[in-house]
Amino acid sequence: MKPFRVLSATAAPLLSDNIDTDVIIRIEKLVGMTDHSELGRWCFGALRYLPDGSENPEFVLNQSPYRGSEILLAGANFGCGSSREGAVWAMMQIGLKAVLAPSFGEIFYNNCFQNGVLPVALARSAIEEIASELEPDAGRAVVTVDLERQRVVSPRGKEHAFEIPGLRREALLEGLDDIGITLKREAVIAAHQERDRMRRPWVYEIAEVRS
Amino acid sequence: MAGRAMFQKIWDDHVVADLGDNFFLLHIDRHMMHDLGGPAAMRDVHQRGLRIRNPELTFATADHAISSAQGRAGTTETGVRLLDGLRAGARAAGVRMFDVGEPGQGIVHVIGPELGLTLPGVLLVCGDSHTCTQGAMGALAFGIGSTELIHVLATQTLVQPRPKTMRVCFEGAMGPGVTSKDLILHLIGTIGAAGGNGYAVEYAGSAIRNMGIEGRLTICNLSIELGAKMGMVAPDDTTFAYLKERRFAPSGELWDRALGYWRTLTSDVDAEFDREVEIDVGRIAPHVTWGTSPEQVLPIDGVIPDPGAMAQTSKRTAAIAALAYMGLEPGKPIAGTPVDWVFIGSCTNSRISDLRSAAEIARGRRVAPTVRAWVVPGSEAIKRQAEAEGLHRVFTEAGFEWREPGCSMCLAANGETIPAGQRSVSTSNRNFVGRQGPGARTHLASPAMAVAAAIAGHIADVRSLGV
Repeated sequence: MKPFRVLSATAAPLLSDNIDTDVIIRIEKLVGMTDHSELGRWCFGALRYLPDGSENPEFVLNQSPYRGSEILLAGANFGCGSSREGAVWAMMQIGLKAVLAPSFGEIFYNNCFQNGVLPVALARSAIEEIASELEPDAGRAVVTVDLERQRVVSPRGKEHAFEIPGLRREALLEGLDDIGITLKREAVIAAHQERDRMRRPWVYEIAEVRS
Repeated sequence: MAGRAMFQKIWDDHVVADLGDNFFLLHIDRHMMHDLGGPAAMRDVHQRGLRIRNPELTFATADHAISSAQGRAGTTETGVRLLDGLRAGARAAGVRMFDVGEPGQGIVHVIGPELGLTLPGVLLVCGDSHTCTQGAMGALAFGIGSTELIHVLATQTLVQPRPKTMRVCFEGAMGPGVTSKDLILHLIGTIGAAGGNGYAVEYAGSAIRNMGIEGRLTICNLSIELGAKMGMVAPDDTTFAYLKERRFAPSGELWDRALGYWRTLTSDVDAEFDREVEIDVGRIAPHVTWGTSPEQVLPIDGVIPDPGAMAQTSKRTAAIAALAYMGLEPGKPIAGTPVDWVFIGSCTNSRISDLRSAAEIARGRRVAPTVRAWVVPGSEAIKRQAEAEGLHRVFTEAGFEWREPGCSMCLAANGETIPAGQRSVSTSNRNFVGRQGPGARTHLASPAMAVAAAIAGHIADVRSLGV
């Protein structure tokens, strides 16, 4: 996993609430996937393309200053719905590295950290203020997300502090992987199971008594 | 010191290590795996040079990508590849799999409770967001992503932040034609699809206490649509009676010991919750969604809302887009909207009580000639039970198609889709854009309301059929 420290990049506003992971990537694209790089083309497919398959010019990521944005400004509950991690993989394939939203679907939020993508929870008023400062005509749509200082810097230089769990912050800064860390705790897992087996044997002794 | 909520008791019993900053390493008692995520996860574990730590605590079945066609003749090529991958991976790892055609096969969240694998007080995960369904058994159950799935297979643990707690009390008696589905849709409409973000929800109150297990499973199923990763109901005598004699439930002395422990799990009377919500169920009518989020929901006698009257920009933006996608006009009654498809099934509403309530209304009536209607039982066991009761004949005589168990049209990963532009009343859990197929328009409702729509040919109030 790549470390995340400070990112200054174009931010695109997609301020509708409840953008779900089905909208981010359709299930059949995941079912047929052999490699993550196939997913970029289908990211936000429901919004990005018209029924005839051509690009929807109304969709923000299809508009010139925002195409290739690395930061997304989103509405509440972004990434709600299905647990599919393919939603994060698809976003990574189109170059998105951070999402700023008032709140997130929780499984999506966890999945971001597993892949080095930074989800930042900011008040709705802050997101709307940052979006109002984007000046695409003048090419000023750059936002800075500084994980080290836990600050988002708006296009006009206003700073918004954000909270992030310390454990998640450190893992992102260092590019650390949960699985590797937990594997080192084998002794404590084994001890827990041994104690637990005495207390709740029915959890472990699963007998097929009836069929 | 205040007492502990059920959530806190179960959480505490699963803490392997306190990682600080409100994060914990938790023991996973039960892991359910399906055909969509299972094959790749087992392959990834192998490719990383790891092994499955406790294969005896993982259980697998095929539900997402398999066809629900009779004889499964319509199974997609991808579905076959995933099914074969799951079989091979499970066999190599020593994971118990419930294969197609066996009693035990079915939608993971249906078979967990049905087989007695999902028990009060267990921590259960699955690579599917509707794992929250199984919290109805008094378990702590939630969905996880692909990387977390590998973490569980390799370590039998997960790293999780501890959520806040919310209690939702449903009080009173439900009116005629009103089901548990209407209660949870009403709640989502009231507090929003993000209302449960960051919370573990306990459903309580007299309406829940008087409800059967299957109704509770439906309520907990939609917790994720409320934004909560987990929802649960305190285990009680209803839960214990349901579990007794189930295929993998403890028996004999183990049952007695388990029962003693399970009885300690209810929230203490002085437990404090971070948020409390009370709902008077006597005031709830049958509900149906109008938009593309489950929070965009109405009582059946309501009118489609006007985005212009919505104060919040993001809500208005979402409503305008939803109405355009759904092909609906503000200010018109939702009842009377013509329907092309009806789908009864999914981990929300495919259990025997759902099929019984649907059959009761379908009996002696006919599906409108303009509607295509499917019934997809949630498991092989439910299918057999329904056939033993003759429900399948009630459905087929009324003009419904009776199909094989699986997720089917709920997520449309199996080639079973609603054509673009067509409108469906569905007992499933998601009315998202494209959920039932690209361009498909989905209205969520209870099985009884779905049958009413199938008969009328348009969205209709089930109470008009004299229930």
